[in-house]
Amino acid sequence: MKLTIKYFGLLAELTQCNEEEIEFSGANVSDLKDVLFQKYEALKIKDFQVAQNNELTTNKTTVTATEIALLPPFAGG
Amino acid sequence: MSRYNRHTILSEIGQQGQDKISNAKVLVIGAGGLGCPVLQYLTGAGIGTLGIIDFDVVSESNLQRQVLFGTSVLGINKAIAAKERLEDLNNTITINTYPKRLTHKNAVALFKNYDIIVDGTDNFETRYLVNDASILAEKPLVYGGIYKFEGQVSVFNYKEGPSYRCLFPTPPEKGSVPNCSEIGVLGVLPGIIGTMQANEVLKIILELGNVLSGKLLYYNALTAQTTSLKINKSEAEIEKGLNNKPFFNTLSEEFDCTISIPEISIKEAFKNINLQFIDVRESDEQPKITSLNPVYLPLSELENNLDKIDSEKTKVIFCQAGIRSKSAVSILQKHRINNSYSIKEGALEIIEFINNNGK
Repeated sequence: MKLTIKYFGLLAELTQCNEEEIEFSGANVSDLKDVLFQKYEALKIKDFQVAQNNELTTNKTTVTATEIALLPPFAGG
Repeated sequence: MSRYNRHTILSEIGQQGQDKISNAKVLVIGAGGLGCPVLQYLTGAGIGTLGIIDFDVVSESNLQRQVLFGTSVLGINKAIAAKERLEDLNNTITINTYPKRLTHKNAVALFKNYDIIVDGTDNFETRYLVNDASILAEKPLVYGGIYKFEGQVSVFNYKEGPSYRCLFPTPPEKGSVPNCSEIGVLGVLPGIIGTMQANEVLKIILELGNVLSGKLLYYNALTAQTTSLKINKSEAEIEKGLNNKPFFNTLSEEFDCTISIPEISIKEAFKNINLQFIDVRESDEQPKITSLNPVYLPLSELENNLDKIDSEKTKVIFCQAGIRSKSAVSILQKHRINNSYSIKEGALEIIEFINNNGK
């Protein structure tokens, strides 16, 4: 299925886009991460959370939504 | 009291709500980009007791966004400088300053003295420390974080809700996420995010609306977009925070908030002999107190002029209001220059004392 991936904070800089569409045939969030790591190797060493339907997921969560967000922690204050 | 009229005429707040605000105790960690607007609004709102902890001093590059400070306080500890400004805004509340680092040793005991903790820190190490100490002290934590043009807000540990570790379980590698000083930040962004944090504090106190617990609010200043993400509670992650207990000193001993800076009155000072008076005001500040024959060492230049301090004498330091002189003593203490005292009174009162009593 086609997924829209949204990137926040420094992840948007790393991927050079705020959002993009990708083709995904895997099952869970862990599979999705593998797809993204293949596309962006630098993502591997970044900390981020994956949200679908505006809800945070774990690696085992099944990907059901078409809109996914990748959210890094922010240090600044 | 007319000061809080615009609050009390709101039927949702009223005098009853305002009394809740007056009875609340809020600790703000970091008086920087986020801490400044938080402190400004909470002081205006009349929070009964505000604590400010920050070890850092005001520098010129802070002024672009840290709205409590101006050029007159450059080089002064942020907690102390913030208090100076906030007391002018509202002198009916109690403001405790802690010009020191938050550590595993002091955090839990300090947090126990307050009802709500506000995270305005600028690094992950302290953010995880603040989160874990909030869990251990059983206090809600109002979180804010910023990155260039984007911000995050949430409330953790609120009524058994999720904690920061449920959102981001482990601290990122050191240096993997840059902070404002390394990468820059739009000046108004911490103003917006900090103001949202102050709003959450007031909602918790007033029990109004929906507290941002279990949710992460994300804001992008460039697109004016907000996104709200649901955070699920993870007992396992909270447990990790609790398992850090051995690293903390959780004994609820009285937290040392008197900052052990020796202060004396001008009257007491004259009882000593062999004194070196030090005026730490900027060179253009008046009136000068020539009869004391002081050494003129503005606070901002103090650290570069330690050689002008006489180790044989008792150092008696004064300024315009008795606040910078305390910072000066703490700087001297840092350099192991002991036998230094801050005069409680400001310059005008010192002159008055000299005129009335002779020197």
